Amino acid sequence: METENILTEDKQNLKAKKFLMWLFIISSFMMFAALTSGFIVYTEGNVERGIKVLLPKAFMYSTMLIILSSITVHLAQDSARKLQFDKQKLYILVTILLAAGFFYSQITAWKVLYESGAYFVNYNASQSFIYVFTGAHLLHILMGVFFLIYAFLGKLRNISQARNLFRMEVASIFWHFIDILWIYLYVFLLLNQ
Amino acid sequence: MASTALHDTAVLHHDDHGHDHGHHKETFLTKYIFSQDHKMIAKQFLITGIIMAVVAMILSILFRLQLAWPDKSFPLLETFLGPKWAEGGRIKPDFYLAIVTIHGTMMVFFVLTAGLSGTFSNLLIPLQLGARDMASPFLNMISYWLFLTSCVIMMCSFFVESGPASSGWTVYPPLSALPKAISGSGTGMTLWLISMVLFVASSLIGALNYISTILNMRTNGMDMWKMPLTIWAFFLTAIVGVLSFPVLVSAVVLLIFDRSFGTSFYLSDIVVAGQILPNQGGSPVLWQHLFWFLGHPEVYIVIMPALGITSEVIATNSRKPIFGYHAMVYSLIGITVLSFIVWGHHMFVTGMNPFLGGVFMITTLIIAVPSAVKTFNYLATIWRGNLRFTPAMLFAIGLVSFFISGGLTGLFLGNAALDINLHDTYFVVAHFHLVMGCAAIFGMLCGVYHWYPKMFGRMLDERLGYLHFWLTFIGAYLVFFPMHFMGIDGVPRRYYAFTEFAFMQEWLTVNVFVTWAAIISALAQVAFLWNFFYSIFYGKKATQNPWHSNTLEWTAPVEHIHGNWPGEIPSVYRWPYDYSKPGHHTDFIPQTTPFSETMSSNLHHDFEDNPEAVRIQEEWEKANPSQTRASEHV
Repeated sequence: METENILTEDKQNLKAKKFLMWLFIISSFMMFAALTSGFIVYTEGNVERGIKVLLPKAFMYSTMLIILSSITVHLAQDSARKLQFDKQKLYILVTILLAAGFFYSQITAWKVLYESGAYFVNYNASQSFIYVFTGAHLLHILMGVFFLIYAFLGKLRNISQARNLFRMEVASIFWHFIDILWIYLYVFLLLNQ
Repeated sequence: MASTALHDTAVLHHDDHGHDHGHHKETFLTKYIFSQDHKMIAKQFLITGIIMAVVAMILSILFRLQLAWPDKSFPLLETFLGPKWAEGGRIKPDFYLAIVTIHGTMMVFFVLTAGLSGTFSNLLIPLQLGARDMASPFLNMISYWLFLTSCVIMMCSFFVESGPASSGWTVYPPLSALPKAISGSGTGMTLWLISMVLFVASSLIGALNYISTILNMRTNGMDMWKMPLTIWAFFLTAIVGVLSFPVLVSAVVLLIFDRSFGTSFYLSDIVVAGQILPNQGGSPVLWQHLFWFLGHPEVYIVIMPALGITSEVIATNSRKPIFGYHAMVYSLIGITVLSFIVWGHHMFVTGMNPFLGGVFMITTLIIAVPSAVKTFNYLATIWRGNLRFTPAMLFAIGLVSFFISGGLTGLFLGNAALDINLHDTYFVVAHFHLVMGCAAIFGMLCGVYHWYPKMFGRMLDERLGYLHFWLTFIGAYLVFFPMHFMGIDGVPRRYYAFTEFAFMQEWLTVNVFVTWAAIISALAQVAFLWNFFYSIFYGKKATQNPWHSNTLEWTAPVEHIHGNWPGEIPSVYRWPYDYSKPGHHTDFIPQTTPFSETMSSNLHHDFEDNPEAVRIQEEWEKANPSQTRASEHV
């Protein structure tokens, strides 16, 4: 089984394609590194700048949801490896649901921020940055959901196990990345609160 | 490396399968338009790049006309450009700024980034490494289409009411962030930003593909230290791209918010036409930090592929191994690393902390070391070589020349104290046009002349090539050399009206001279364009290995086939620079020739401390004393 997987994987250069995902993660990380460095350059050395509001509680809930979704995506991948495809599909769906919850929670956080006077259009751009960080991250969540759906549809159409594992693995690598990315952004915001 | 072999047979099987069922019949659409074959995508990038280069070159002639004859009218210009941009046959200030901006953008991004990396990375990475295609041919196709869309959108900005973006290729806010500031900051600027985001996406997808292919899909025996220097250069260029382009996206996103949503990331304390704008608290220097964190690596994205191409061409046409292969690789790595910590030298006069300026000055000057290593290695390779002056070789030597003369002025500009005088003058224009403009375009042309037979299966006409080279080479020096003196005198770049300032008036005659030189070099490109497009159809048929080169691409058949090699992918046994190896009967030994076939020229060094191989070699030398290298020297 294992050797057969390696065989089919190499037929389609799946190893090289999986590597593309890692490289994409690096470039995506660079984008957020630029945004957060931009925040530091902007905020540094000026007392009128800075976040200056309490971060909404919703960010806490988002964090829990996304950590949970990282676990379910791992379970989905595990089930795929053990050929338990019903479980795999179930866990993918649960992950997508959790992602929807995360999305909702982030929007709620925006609402709370807006109500507390930290608008997006703001003379203190440090507060605008919060929206940029979370917005750019939400785009990544959408992309992650796309990969999950891609893996789910693949399994529905019963593609070969090698390709199923490939799609599952790509989706889960990316999903863990956006999980860690959110934690990075949240901690970054907390430290600059 | 068993995996590569498996991959190899797998594709063959796949092909057989295709022919059996007739799924693989290529139509015009799949072959030329939505092609996923890396060789076709390379040609698409090249031809799009050439078209963009011609457009950008025509723009440069237009603003050179204005600089040389600011008070003269050319009625023809009004005929072509209309009264809005060239009323009474004189280019209007708004349009002047727009064409300067678009000339820079197109040349830097579309020609020297996509046209250069896109063409040669796509063509050579699979062919020189022995792969059937890229890691993801589909993404490769997407990369081209995003690039083309981005070119089309940039061209569209010429046809909108308010004209193209006009705030320079670096689009510094607040000028670029306020649609009302100048007419070019309106719709034209929006189109510029959209075009740039698409372009970044295209470059990123391309770069991811290049890296993954180089790391995962090399043929049997092709370890990293047997790769040609072209591949090393493309590899490191792609890494620089992956790390720097996303930063431009971040910067552009913030700029779009400032322009269209009213945020104040870059804006503060601004009065436009007597009206105070509400934006407060932003910092335009933030843009400069983000932009130049991309912008400086970008110039190495432009020059490194050119350096890689030149290494290959100079070694081949000197019939000598490249001097200091390892030093060449390490200097490329050095440039890659240093390119990320020098961006501040573009910002010496923004009120930067002098200590920080000192740090950036030191890192900047250190870049001279790897650059000089490369230059000396080129010269050492040429030194006492068996030179073949093909057009490609001439362009390669031209690159070395421009790289030296443009690089020297980098030492002056990298100096924080001198930069107070020199910044934003024609000295800067002269510097970067020589070191990154001319050097990179010469690298690109060198690549076109050298790999044209590989791309189109035909040869370019040599005599037209020589004409093209000499006119361009002399013309380019005549254009950019005088600009150094203008810059030292303090003539600022980007100014429209030379006659308005008394001290600049004396430079008008020089400007006339420069413009004539520019026109002549532009006309020289007609020779190239004719040669290029004519030879695609009517050029002399190419042989498989016209330059007697060692690298793998010349073992593939002249006729392009999907998958590059008809049978198994060849294996690699040696490095790519075995030219004129003593004891061998030809002056080149392809990478695919095993050492067992070249007993008379093998050196102990070739075996990388493999005792068994050394033993076999020594036995053979004892048995054939007349043919050994030792006896030759006696």
